Amino acid sequence: MQKLKEIELPITKEEIVRLRAGDEVLLSGIVFTARDQAHKRLCECIEANKPLPININNSVIYYCGPTPHKKGKPIGSCGPTTAKRMDEFTPVLLSRGLSAMIGKGSRSKEVISAIKKYKSVYFIAPAGAGAYLAKKVKEAKIAAYPKLGPEAIYRLKVKDFPAIVGIDSKGRNIYEN
Amino acid sequence: MRRIKAKEIENKVCEAALKANFELRKDVLRSLGIARNKETVPIAGKMLDILIENAKIAKKEKLAICQDTGMVVVFCRIGSKAQIIGDINEAINNGIKTAYKRGFLRKSVVRDPLKRTNANTNTPCVIHYDIISGNKIKIAVMPKGFGSENSGAVKLFNPTATEAQIKEFIISKVKEAGSSACPPVVLGIGIGGTLDKAASLAKEALLRQIGSRNPKKHIALLEKEILYALNKTGIGPMGLGGKTTCLAVNILEYPTHIAGLPVCVNISCHALRSAEVII
Repeated sequence: MQKLKEIELPITKEEIVRLRAGDEVLLSGIVFTARDQAHKRLCECIEANKPLPININNSVIYYCGPTPHKKGKPIGSCGPTTAKRMDEFTPVLLSRGLSAMIGKGSRSKEVISAIKKYKSVYFIAPAGAGAYLAKKVKEAKIAAYPKLGPEAIYRLKVKDFPAIVGIDSKGRNIYEN
Repeated sequence: MRRIKAKEIENKVCEAALKANFELRKDVLRSLGIARNKETVPIAGKMLDILIENAKIAKKEKLAICQDTGMVVVFCRIGSKAQIIGDINEAINNGIKTAYKRGFLRKSVVRDPLKRTNANTNTPCVIHYDIISGNKIKIAVMPKGFGSENSGAVKLFNPTATEAQIKEFIISKVKEAGSSACPPVVLGIGIGGTLDKAASLAKEALLRQIGSRNPKKHIALLEKEILYALNKTGIGPMGLGGKTTCLAVNILEYPTHIAGLPVCVNISCHALRSAEVII
């Protein structure tokens, strides 16, 4: 078993280019959740030249719609959702400085090209292990689109969140190994 | 006739929905353990360990096994000698509403498939009714996640199609789904009937215990062959490689028309969740 790389977020470009598909990492810091409807809205904002409700520059987006939190707990079950549904929106967000994404499953050719172009990275998190991952989230606050309920953008503070590099900045893809 | 109050049905449905979301089915957990012992690829073993650990945490903390707590599918079998006092549709949906509120489960159902406003209740559920003999009501509650649901398919084969073609179709769907369906998957397959019948059989097949076989020998053989072939694909847990791609293949079949051969494959992720109550 290889040693886990510990990464503090925001991740720097230098750290990103050192990562290789298949590397196991532990992420600590801030990530924003966003899934289908939030992506659609963010891209509509960009298209209409309106300010975004969150700063995506140097940020990490986690494709996740958590279950509601119980009293005294920051979050409920919170595993990754299928990343490919976000593929059509991802290149635009990467062009605006998004540095990394966390999700599950493979990505389109267009997304892989954009990851290479903007020196970004796509992590995968253990899918269907939402209760396990809940332990890694220390704080959660709604950051945008509260009306979307589980699809709102949450600002999460994570500690030692386990992930694997799915697609690295050279375009190497774990699913094609 | 035995009289059963709708309120009793509502309470039992609520209990079943909570149990299904917090406690991974014993047969599923057992099969994950068996797969773990057989797995030789390190990353695959590690993922299976996480899934087993996840199930323990979920049960202990009454936390959803997966954040996608699904759209709920209910199989309701009503004994012909049971008389329901009240509205059973309302009772089942109210039971689900209460469970999803009380259990802090995610509300994933939108009111309209095109307008897409969240109903905030996770209802309505999809209910399949059937009449059986006796005076009891048997209700199975299955929260169905959509990562795997989106990976399913129906194909209306020609009646002259071979078993090999059916196998190939099913295997290709699991390969296409890859990591998106959250492998190791469980397959529910419906063969025969009409388009809709094949689809509902495929869903119902997911209720069957892992490790059980279709009583018809030739269908049981088909199940075994598909399972074997899928575990040779190397997709593995989370699509990261390994021997464990599929935990079980459950087929239900039904007579069909001379002109057709409908086949539906409904994929479940490793978090195959359901709970049954008898009233």
